[in-house]
Amino acid sequence: MAVRQLSVFIENKKGRLSEVLKGISESDVNLRALSIGDSADYGVVRMIVSDLEKARQLLGEDILSKVTSVVAVKMDDREGALYKILKTLEEADIDLMYTYAFTSSKKFGAYVVLRVDDVEATEKLLSEKGFELATDEELSN
Amino acid sequence: MERYYRPEIETAPREEILKIQNEKIVKQVRHVYDNVEYYRKLMDEKGVKPEDIKGVEDIHKLPFLKKDDLRECYPYGLLAVDLKDCVRIQSTSGTTGKRVVAFYTQHDIDLWEECCARAIVAAGGTNEDVVQVCYGYGLFTGGAGLHGGAHKVGALTLPMSSGNTERQIQFMMDLNSTILCCTPSYAAFIAESLKERGYKPEDNKLKAGIFGAEPWTEEMRKSIEEGLGIKAYDIYGLTETSGPGVAFECSEQKGMHINEDHFYAEIIDPDTGEVLPEGEKGELVFTALDKEAFPLLRYRTRDICILTRGKCSCGRTHVKMCKPMGRSDDMLIIRGVNVFPSQIETVLLNEGYTPNYMIYVDRKNNTDTLDIDVELSPDKFSDNIAEMQEMEKKLAAAMRTMLGIGPKIHLVAPKTIQRSEGKAVRVIDNRKLHD
Repeated sequence: MAVRQLSVFIENKKGRLSEVLKGISESDVNLRALSIGDSADYGVVRMIVSDLEKARQLLGEDILSKVTSVVAVKMDDREGALYKILKTLEEADIDLMYTYAFTSSKKFGAYVVLRVDDVEATEKLLSEKGFELATDEELSN
Repeated sequence: MERYYRPEIETAPREEILKIQNEKIVKQVRHVYDNVEYYRKLMDEKGVKPEDIKGVEDIHKLPFLKKDDLRECYPYGLLAVDLKDCVRIQSTSGTTGKRVVAFYTQHDIDLWEECCARAIVAAGGTNEDVVQVCYGYGLFTGGAGLHGGAHKVGALTLPMSSGNTERQIQFMMDLNSTILCCTPSYAAFIAESLKERGYKPEDNKLKAGIFGAEPWTEEMRKSIEEGLGIKAYDIYGLTETSGPGVAFECSEQKGMHINEDHFYAEIIDPDTGEVLPEGEKGELVFTALDKEAFPLLRYRTRDICILTRGKCSCGRTHVKMCKPMGRSDDMLIIRGVNVFPSQIETVLLNEGYTPNYMIYVDRKNNTDTLDIDVELSPDKFSDNIAEMQEMEKKLAAAMRTMLGIGPKIHLVAPKTIQRSEGKAVRVIDNRKLHD
């Protein structure tokens, strides 16, 4: 079920982000979502792309990357939608490491990405509570 | 007028100093040969007998001692007297595992403290002075040495130890300290702190400072002298030879007089071990002429230096050494603590990192900084920043335990630290400590 996220390590130096994104941007790989977590010295670029294998190839071996499973939940386009999701996690005592949202104009509107320890359990919980989850396949085209 | 603690020794004619040295070395070599098995073996291997050493001109025949020998002999291997005759242990700073421990009889303590007393008097100290010692007290030789020296001079001694700048300043101002003893970087820090509190240089009663235990430049001397309104004197020494006071600066402030009646100095080629003529640059080697408990013969300091014997305006006749101009090994002195790059490498490997790193040393606001770039390996990379920050903290803590000082860790991408084909450059020291 889960969505695979591509995480890339970059140093906080001028031009580093565009360097990383250059290869991907010049290809037919589509960048669905991007979020950056950073500290003083470095950042982690988290991406959801249309073709993960190809994106990794384009990054090359010299760029440190990692694939992580995350949960992507479809959000209704109405107020309090994100809060509802967060509340559900909180009640189930699921620890959220980080989160970000993105919209996909073509098909179904907005998503929120959740990075949690136990992806399977989180997906199970959210499904049971009636949330709609995205899959890799859906986001790949 | 120049004052001396022991004028008859400090201004003795060359021949007289040589006579003292010759007499002492003959006895000392016999003492070491008879009592230190480790050194006896080194001498035997080299085919040198105590009777071959008839004076200091024969010292070059003796084998060297290196830091590695000291580690190997830890703790009692180089002890030359019964433990019951020892009254003190001091130890080197900063290295874990096998530290160097030095033993002292009461005679050795007196000798060492007298050397420090000579330094204090050379800086203008008398029994009317208030000497504020803010070198660390404890195993470190800085505090104990200057403290003992100040007592010998009869000065009022303030045993402050290092740190707690607020209290240092309070005592300095309330009790009218006239001589300050600490590391040059701490002196600069005190000067800055005084300024921040609105004090002008003329507000304090200080007239001189005796600063050592780390490299410093002429620029730094100037800024300390202006900041505190004092004359700043350099002092040199190492735990292996006793502590500070092996050499000290006089009113000329150009090079440090070595206390030659106790320590014989040589300059050698660090690669061949060959003794170099006066005035040439090389590694400084010391022989303790009359220490009893821990008498090192031909100890290689690894400090690169020049010795000069020209006439000094202060009237002292003892040979002068310049400020150390570098090291013949890769040891760094950071905030007075000895740091070897190999220790940093050990920690990285222990913590599961690759041995690809770069050490940056700098001095900012008169305090040494240590930054280490560490390459992140794929298995250490996490998309969760908090997890990586935790890792950095853990690594910094392990470094602090090993080195005695805490570095700032910077994780960098793999393969970004330059690989070298020959000898790897692991250290960039931006302090410009040597003129």
